[in-house]
Amino acid sequence: MTQLLLFNVFNGLIIGAFYALMALGLSLILNLSGVINFAHGGFLAIGGYLAYTLIPYLGFWGALLASPFLVALIGVAIERVLIRQLYGRDPLYSLLLTFGLAFMIEDGTRFIWGAQSLPYQIPNWLAAPLSTTYFFLTGYRVFMMALVAAVVFGLFLILNHTRLGLRIRAGTLDLETVSTLGVNVRVLRNLNFGLGIYLAGLAGVLAVGMLGLQPTIGDNLIMPSFIAIIVGGLGSLPGTLAGGLLIGVASGVTSVFLPSASEAVIYVMMAAVLIVRPRGLLGEEGRF
Amino acid sequence: MPAMNRRAADILIWFLLLAAPWWLPPAGSYIELGTHVVVYALAAMALNFLLGFTGVLSFGHAAYFGLGAYGTAMTIKYLYPSTPLGMLVGIVVATAAAAIIGPLIVRLRGVYFAMCTIAFGQVFYFIAFQWRSATGGDDGVSAWRRMPLDLGVVQIDILNSPKAFYFFVLAVFAVCAAAMAFLLRSPFGRTLLAIRENERRARFLGIPVDRHIWLSWVVSCFFVSVAGALFALMNNFVDPRALRWDQSGNFVIMAVLGGMRSFWGPLIGAAIFLVLQDYISSHTENWMSFIGLFFVLIVLFFPRGVLGLVRRRSAS
Repeated sequence: MTQLLLFNVFNGLIIGAFYALMALGLSLILNLSGVINFAHGGFLAIGGYLAYTLIPYLGFWGALLASPFLVALIGVAIERVLIRQLYGRDPLYSLLLTFGLAFMIEDGTRFIWGAQSLPYQIPNWLAAPLSTTYFFLTGYRVFMMALVAAVVFGLFLILNHTRLGLRIRAGTLDLETVSTLGVNVRVLRNLNFGLGIYLAGLAGVLAVGMLGLQPTIGDNLIMPSFIAIIVGGLGSLPGTLAGGLLIGVASGVTSVFLPSASEAVIYVMMAAVLIVRPRGLLGEEGRF
Repeated sequence: MPAMNRRAADILIWFLLLAAPWWLPPAGSYIELGTHVVVYALAAMALNFLLGFTGVLSFGHAAYFGLGAYGTAMTIKYLYPSTPLGMLVGIVVATAAAAIIGPLIVRLRGVYFAMCTIAFGQVFYFIAFQWRSATGGDDGVSAWRRMPLDLGVVQIDILNSPKAFYFFVLAVFAVCAAAMAFLLRSPFGRTLLAIRENERRARFLGIPVDRHIWLSWVVSCFFVSVAGALFALMNNFVDPRALRWDQSGNFVIMAVLGGMRSFWGPLIGAAIFLVLQDYISSHTENWMSFIGLFFVLIVLFFPRGVLGLVRRRSAS
């Protein structure tokens, strides 16, 4: 029983880490630009597919490094051409635009790489379990957790200790003032969008090793990521991180006792948070 | 003479709708597409009650559309084979769900509201998908049919005659459209417009804004569930795709495409969208890309919609 519980808590943590990685990217973009990026799941899928294509040339590690960057570049280009034009307009329009993009990306990946699930090789030594009693602790899962932790740590380092991070945080609070102080807001939003998409791409590369590679891979991750943001509190990145891990673990633990409710519990948590604390766990009062 | 123009437009639209079974086939189409357009038009107009006339963006209306559809289908299949009873159950269930979820989200605004409607909408998709024994999961609720209407004196065979079913759908649509028009002209509707134009001022005037948004939300979900019930009857089938988030997106794009600020806009948007979808999906496998591209193009070049464009042209 303990082992089962441990297994599911660990599983929940991994899933939660994915939710958090996705949600952090979404949250970055949402906070600074007011855009709900529906295409986030699409970018995640691109990350996975690019890694698949790159592995024969660069190897597993090279693909892991290169793929998210390429996805981020695509994101930067798309922001520059399409999304930039919608800043300052009703959020309805950016929502519809990214919605259309999500369709195009899903169909595009299907067109290029085919609809069927593709095999994805992770190095053998990573796939093996680390211990016989705790069979679920494969090297890959531990590695994923460590990598996600490192990336999130790095993200918060960037946000708290670099000029870019300072500007992003300031822009989240009051973009107009930041602009008045001489920061090029267009570039800032562009870079910020790229950063958010980088996280989606990274989540994609890691997720395919676990969930398999198909065009709809992002679909199951995007809704919980929205919920992670709502639970954690809009406008707060630590909140988003906590929200993602929390709903991941909650659904993992629930699956021990009531497997059919393992996803429903996420929505129940969201409803509970909205009743008790509409701004989310770590959200600021009066922001929305 | 905008009042007269509007009267003329109303007459033209009703004439086209009433005569559809006769002009659709010669125009190279079929009656079922007309039924499809009317059902989606009702859904998009219901959404627009909230989006265009209250200024609140819901991206989760598919949930209530789908609840109406599932309620209708499951009642006819399991409880009692009666079309009106099925519709009634579907509509009541969906409206009740909307009324319960409403208070949780009406305090939120803008993007946050949209995001919460998306997330709550997904709950019902998830239930329909998981609860296999009742909803058939991914396969949907099948093996049932809409029943002929029994009015006591006459029986209307809406099952086997597409024309009769079209007029049945159109009759429901007409009642709903009239009810929405009436609501929008009433003091309640004017209050909603006031909230849309300037929420803060409305609040200062002593209008209970949250309660009005809740009411508008429930009214909007009520009408969208009517459309959902008709949707189930139209297909004699319902599956989880009826309540997935891309369905919500379709309603929104229809409203935007036609023109959010006009009463008939969503009808025109629905007609254009569905005809285009029908055409594209019969010509290419990659119809999703084209629909996606369509979304992007509308947002970039056509944000005011067809009627918005017409109005601006006639104003200048």
